[in-house]
Amino acid sequence: MTDTLHARTQEAPASIDAPDRTRKARKRSTYPMWFYAPAGVIYGALFVIPTFASFYFALTRWTIFDSEFIGLENFKTFFAEPYLFESLLNTLFYATFTSGAKVVLGLLLAVFLSSQIIARGYLRSVVFFPVLVSAVGVGVTFSVLMDPFDGLINKVLAVFGVEGPGWLTDPDLALFSVAFVDVWRGVGLATLIYIAGIVAIPQEYFEAAKVDGANAWHRFWHVTLPLMRPATTTVIILSLIGGLRSFDLIWTMTKGGPGFSSDVLASVVYKQYQAGFYGLSTAGNVVLFVLVAAIIIPLFWFLNRKEVDQ
Amino acid sequence: MPFTLHGRTFAVPALLAASALGLAACSTGSSPSSSGSAGSDGSAEPVELSFLVDNAEVTVGIAEALTAAYTEAHPNVTFEIEQRPGGTEGDNIVKTRLQTGDMADLFVYNTGSLFQALAPSQTLLPLDDIANMAAVSDTFKAGVTADGGVYGIPAGTAMGGGILYNIPLYEELGLEVPTTWDEFMANNAAIAEKSDAAPVVQTYGETWTSQLFVLGDFANVLAADPEWADKYTANEAKYADGSPAIDGFQHLQDVADAGYLNKDFASASLADGMRMVATGEGAHYPMLTFAFSELQANNPDNLNDVGLFAIPGSSGDSPLTTWLSPGYYIPATSEHSDAAKDFLNWVATPEACEVQTEAVGAQGPYFVDGCTLPDDVPQMVADMLPYFDAGNTGPALEFLSPVKGPALENIMVEVGSGIRSAQDGAALYDEDVKKQAQQLGLEGW
Repeated sequence: MTDTLHARTQEAPASIDAPDRTRKARKRSTYPMWFYAPAGVIYGALFVIPTFASFYFALTRWTIFDSEFIGLENFKTFFAEPYLFESLLNTLFYATFTSGAKVVLGLLLAVFLSSQIIARGYLRSVVFFPVLVSAVGVGVTFSVLMDPFDGLINKVLAVFGVEGPGWLTDPDLALFSVAFVDVWRGVGLATLIYIAGIVAIPQEYFEAAKVDGANAWHRFWHVTLPLMRPATTTVIILSLIGGLRSFDLIWTMTKGGPGFSSDVLASVVYKQYQAGFYGLSTAGNVVLFVLVAAIIIPLFWFLNRKEVDQ
Repeated sequence: MPFTLHGRTFAVPALLAASALGLAACSTGSSPSSSGSAGSDGSAEPVELSFLVDNAEVTVGIAEALTAAYTEAHPNVTFEIEQRPGGTEGDNIVKTRLQTGDMADLFVYNTGSLFQALAPSQTLLPLDDIANMAAVSDTFKAGVTADGGVYGIPAGTAMGGGILYNIPLYEELGLEVPTTWDEFMANNAAIAEKSDAAPVVQTYGETWTSQLFVLGDFANVLAADPEWADKYTANEAKYADGSPAIDGFQHLQDVADAGYLNKDFASASLADGMRMVATGEGAHYPMLTFAFSELQANNPDNLNDVGLFAIPGSSGDSPLTTWLSPGYYIPATSEHSDAAKDFLNWVATPEACEVQTEAVGAQGPYFVDGCTLPDDVPQMVADMLPYFDAGNTGPALEFLSPVKGPALENIMVEVGSGIRSAQDGAALYDEDVKKQAQQLGLEGW
């Protein structure tokens, strides 16, 4: 967010120089429009066409070879799936939980890691490192660590005389465990965005606050936090979208199990696809698309409006 | 940069097309000689057949042995074996590769309802014209026939689905093989009381293993109502309607409610389950007999400690539910179809059966005329043969009806874990199969 703001302010003087012929002049000075064509073709072929085709195939019973138009039947079936509602709730819980935890932990870590501490660079890379590891690798590693009998976590707990639960096999706990791993993996990125935000705050504000007698807590609450709103917006939007679409970690760790207790929308869709119900799974994807759009677009608008008010 | 990318995207398909043409030319050139002269001369043009198999111990073992023996006799034909996961993950790979025309020259896949879901007449090569097809039993052919064409050659032997049990434990406690469900539960009670063993082993680390209580009980359903499968296909019979169909669900709930399951049932794997029933950590394990090769690989000393009995029904003399072996298929898109057909023609011979027996042991009766089993078969198989000899068997539902829902394994995990009751689970599964029936375009759904 801060980047776009900067870019805008830099552009401004140019347009003041030539107030009348801005548009024409800009057109002539930049590259020809058809330079966009290759990117446009790729974007159209790989994104726009499949997206709109999927809206059609969601209305068919589709076996790849032939498709039969059945109207809204797929959506009816999809919403009649007895575990669909549960997976919808799971999706929302997962997205809010991971997003919230990433905001809070990311902010705290960023404040900590931008203060004067020993081995700051090392600690920063430690926090960021999990982001670089593939989600499948993380999932497999943690499912080994969280094994109820041979896993390291429960073995360590056993040393202290605690009988650890079945992190991934207890239906009440499975989704929570996966969400925890997701936070562990994703908090590095949130921290990075927050550190960038903190570094961008001019030091004068802190100095002025100090002169006014503000202690560390006041400086955090009244200077850092309000000025970090753009960073917070970015973190919330990114992690919420990621959480709503989340699939890879859940699939590698629980496959939606035990039973259906950690199924989210994306894993239900994938299961329908695996079973060969292509039309039905496309309908599920349309539902997911609409859900993400319905949550993110108003949220984005709301958060950005607040930003402008400031 | 986009332009170079563009150049490449055009060049790659062109290159592929060119090389494919070259390969196609090779295969048409070599096919007459390989089919005509049974291949003993080394002058035939070399062919490499790609071969996609699932990663089960037994499938890989058989595929490796068969291909090695065939290459020895026909040095011009070599194979490249590629492994894929089993279960729904594997179904997905097979379907996607078939539908994108990217399938290997030969592949292993289930027979029955899963085979029907491949749309065989559009994706596979009919094998009716293979000389040795006459030697393949009609039972097997029924499981690989679609729209009048036969598409598969048996890969392995018939399987039984029943309850594997630990024989030393039975002897120690003086128990007898149960013939009814009540006797079975009485045995479980005795085991729970007098030994440390888990009476019933479940392994939900591999979810498909949870289905055996329902799928393996089907011979009992069929014995009570011979028309059940047809009614089921016509949407006239349901699992939730009550006994006998619901019994499989109820049985799992019974053993789970009684606390008979092994402690690590939620995370154990098939290999764990076989180890438990082999060493006596567990007494009973509902499983398919193909898991025998797991035993062979991991617990060779306990081979004869594991016996088999059919899942007991409400009355005595319960029939054993049997499965056809998987099949070997050739996709319609194969560029070496003639060489692949010659190979499958050889697979349907007694000679090939011997190669299999030598490689993975005698697993059960073969589907090819003239194939015999050695005299000293392992205990599990020896327990299975009397059912076949007496005709006391019934096919699994998937060979009588194309209707099979994808969520049975998850529903059974729920029933076994106490998340859902048997009645609810059966009703949920009845809903689940509706999608499959509609996708197949069956009447009455």
